[in-house]
Amino acid sequence: MKTLLTSKFAVIRDPEKCIQCQVCVNQCSFNANYFDAEENEVKSRNENCVDCQRCVVFCPTMAITITNTPLEYRYHRNWTASVIDDINKQAETGGVLLTGMGTDKDYPVYWDHLLLNASQVTNPSIDPLREPMELVTYLGSKPQKLEIDERTLELRTKMPPQVKLNVPVMFSAMSYGAVSLNVQKSLAKAATEIGTMWNTGEGGLHSSLKKYGSNTIVQVASGRFGVHSEYLNSGRMVEIKIGQGAKPGIGGHLPGEKVSSEVSLTRMIPEGSDAISPAPHHDIYSIEDLLQLIHALKEATNYTKPISVKIAAVHNAAAIASGIVRGGADMVVIDGFRGATGAAPKIIRDNVGIPIELALASVDSRLREEGIRNKASIVISGGIRNSGDVIKAIALGADAVYIGTSALIALGCHVCQQCHTGKCAWGICTSDLKLTKRINPDVGSQRLINLLRGWSLEIKDILGGLGVNSIESLRGNRLHLRGVGLSDSELEILGVRPAGR
Amino acid sequence: MDNLRHINNSFNDDKVIDACSIFGAMNTSGKRFPGTGVIKAIANMHDRGNGLGGGFAVYGLYPDYKELYAFHIMYLSSEGRKETESYLGENFDIVHMEEVPNRKTAKITNPPVIMRYFLDVCKHQPDIALQDDYVLQAIMHINTTRKGSFVFSGGKDMAVFKGVGYPEEIAEFFCLEQYEGYIWTSHGRFPTNTQAWWGGAHPFSVLDWTVVHNGEISSYGINKRYLEGYGYHCTMQTDTEVIAYAVDLLMRKHKLPIEVMAKVLAPPFWNDIERMPDKERKLALALRQVYGSIMLNGPFAILVAHHGELIGLTDRIRLRPLSVGEKDNMVYFSSEESAIRLISPKLDKSWTPMGGEPVIVRLKQESRQLPDTREEAVTSGR
Repeated sequence: MKTLLTSKFAVIRDPEKCIQCQVCVNQCSFNANYFDAEENEVKSRNENCVDCQRCVVFCPTMAITITNTPLEYRYHRNWTASVIDDINKQAETGGVLLTGMGTDKDYPVYWDHLLLNASQVTNPSIDPLREPMELVTYLGSKPQKLEIDERTLELRTKMPPQVKLNVPVMFSAMSYGAVSLNVQKSLAKAATEIGTMWNTGEGGLHSSLKKYGSNTIVQVASGRFGVHSEYLNSGRMVEIKIGQGAKPGIGGHLPGEKVSSEVSLTRMIPEGSDAISPAPHHDIYSIEDLLQLIHALKEATNYTKPISVKIAAVHNAAAIASGIVRGGADMVVIDGFRGATGAAPKIIRDNVGIPIELALASVDSRLREEGIRNKASIVISGGIRNSGDVIKAIALGADAVYIGTSALIALGCHVCQQCHTGKCAWGICTSDLKLTKRINPDVGSQRLINLLRGWSLEIKDILGGLGVNSIESLRGNRLHLRGVGLSDSELEILGVRPAGR
Repeated sequence: MDNLRHINNSFNDDKVIDACSIFGAMNTSGKRFPGTGVIKAIANMHDRGNGLGGGFAVYGLYPDYKELYAFHIMYLSSEGRKETESYLGENFDIVHMEEVPNRKTAKITNPPVIMRYFLDVCKHQPDIALQDDYVLQAIMHINTTRKGSFVFSGGKDMAVFKGVGYPEEIAEFFCLEQYEGYIWTSHGRFPTNTQAWWGGAHPFSVLDWTVVHNGEISSYGINKRYLEGYGYHCTMQTDTEVIAYAVDLLMRKHKLPIEVMAKVLAPPFWNDIERMPDKERKLALALRQVYGSIMLNGPFAILVAHHGELIGLTDRIRLRPLSVGEKDNMVYFSSEESAIRLISPKLDKSWTPMGGEPVIVRLKQESRQLPDTREEAVTSGR
């Protein structure tokens, strides 16, 4: 069938600069650049180009530019290019449209409608270069109060297990198989060096990463891939994944082509077989079932590790989170609808779930109203782009955030949304060994360390400006936020005042 | 209480912003002394206030009514007074009541009616352990539902005198030179965003706990939300109110010793915690983990008092001043050392405590009636 789709991008090669070295050909994993031997010339197939910009970055003479193709459909408010293209793709394949990354739709980003405060005159701002500025955060359930021996001043209360973060930013769950081992190595190494956590995702823990155990959150998801007693005990925390912001309500599918021998060992499934994570956990059909799994995992880890439960931000996230906390979870993770994925049906990525800012505000408020906020830490994820987002999330009530896409961008990702193809030219979201070696864990971890170092310096600057020297004085302190361009009901849900009031 | 909020924070800002002078004096042998020195000392720091609030807390004030709850109530309307007095009559035995003595002065114009009541609760709440809660509920009830009535203080053998004016003017108005007590704290206020009203002046009190405070609590938003979880309604939107409730929660409800409470309000830095001996570290770590939301952040110097104890504390990096002086049995706290030297020029010892370092002054062993036998030291924290 002849395709009716036209190219989206044009590869433009400056003939003056191009030296026909074929680096672009070798770098392109989408077969968009090729060498025409007959004409002895490097050429491009625009229809294959995904604008990942691998060739642009690696061209030694900087000869390549990629632009949107000048070809445009006639303007129509309703029948946009992506709508027309999607219809054509389905007319030609008859399948569910898959995509990667988080939604690119134009939904409001509430972070951009929230502004932070700063001190002037009546209280001094604090200079983080000269004064201590504390970002240390402990995740885990906290007792309502402490009992202390009045005479000896010894602590009588037994504290539940706590996980220390030097920076309240963790790397979110990206499984081995979805991302390459080198990506996980980079994340694990960086997390260890900085003093934060990385998350295995649902793919087990590769034996070479066990040494990073004390900075690892091991995930238990609906497929239970790679889960065994040693796995549970090799991390610092165990996370039950119920849902994911990019695809609430559905499971996952790692195609058999990605299940290499190493992946098969780690996931504990036969090589080349599809790894299918069902939509629900088939042992969790209700909240009391979740409670049982939480306690089973606590038993399995001898009550030494906090148990986290991750859900997608959906309409009644507050009530669900309350149930999760009452079920005994030590940490609730809420993944907003802008969260990314290695592969998800596009229709779900773009239409299901709610913005993380609103979900976070309502969950934090609900847990406080019910008097159980101390029982669990709140972590959010899904589209956190910079330290401004982090600090606003903390002011709304989060203990910490997870970053996925930001971390991958630090490793080279150019957000071309081709994660589901397995052809990632940056060697991130692929198991093709030719491509995965493009990530050097030493360089990758250094880039991640630099990113989080930069963010923590910025967070310290903002805290100092607010006149506080410790992150816990900002956590849930919504008086330091003001809203701009928001409706009354949005302000009410966020629990912030409009700017100027 | 909506009404109160309106009076206290008429522009509906996040919170009342003010700066101040504070002064405190305690005789550690429990000997009562007149307020003249304290008045002179706080007057010496006149420039730190702007005449929109001054006040005093005095302990050991009413030896004749030692076992009774002494309510000092301000009335802004006569109906409010009628309602409140009938409420008091229904819920307490009023042993004695009178107007708080005052004199007409040039500076204090249009003062409200301020009454004091000595109340017995034994018949209404025979269980001694529950009497404090009973009284606290009554105070909250009056403050929130009786229009124009506001309880300045409601502890035993102590009282708060406060109003709009410079502290020395308030002292003159209430004839404070005629009273004696073994602990005095005082406050001169410089609010920037509130209409002056008598209830907004310091000290703030919860039962026999009082707080005077110089500073702005930048962590106010989360402190308030945290306390709301424990049923405290910070309706006055002042950070001092938050401190008073925090002290009540931590010491009376959670039963933390005073030095531990100080470590909650102004905790050591993580770096310092890591270097502590094991037992101490375990406690400091748990305190920060559990009580992080009630840590006071931003500039402050506070004096917290209750019977038998006076504590001075600044924020962790000492963004507001506090000096301490000792002479024989007297211990003084002041925003400026000059005020101490003015009334006690030859101090045995004087110093500036480190940021976040609590200075706790207790009655000496022989004169104290507290069950506490933890340590002999009168002044700890150095």
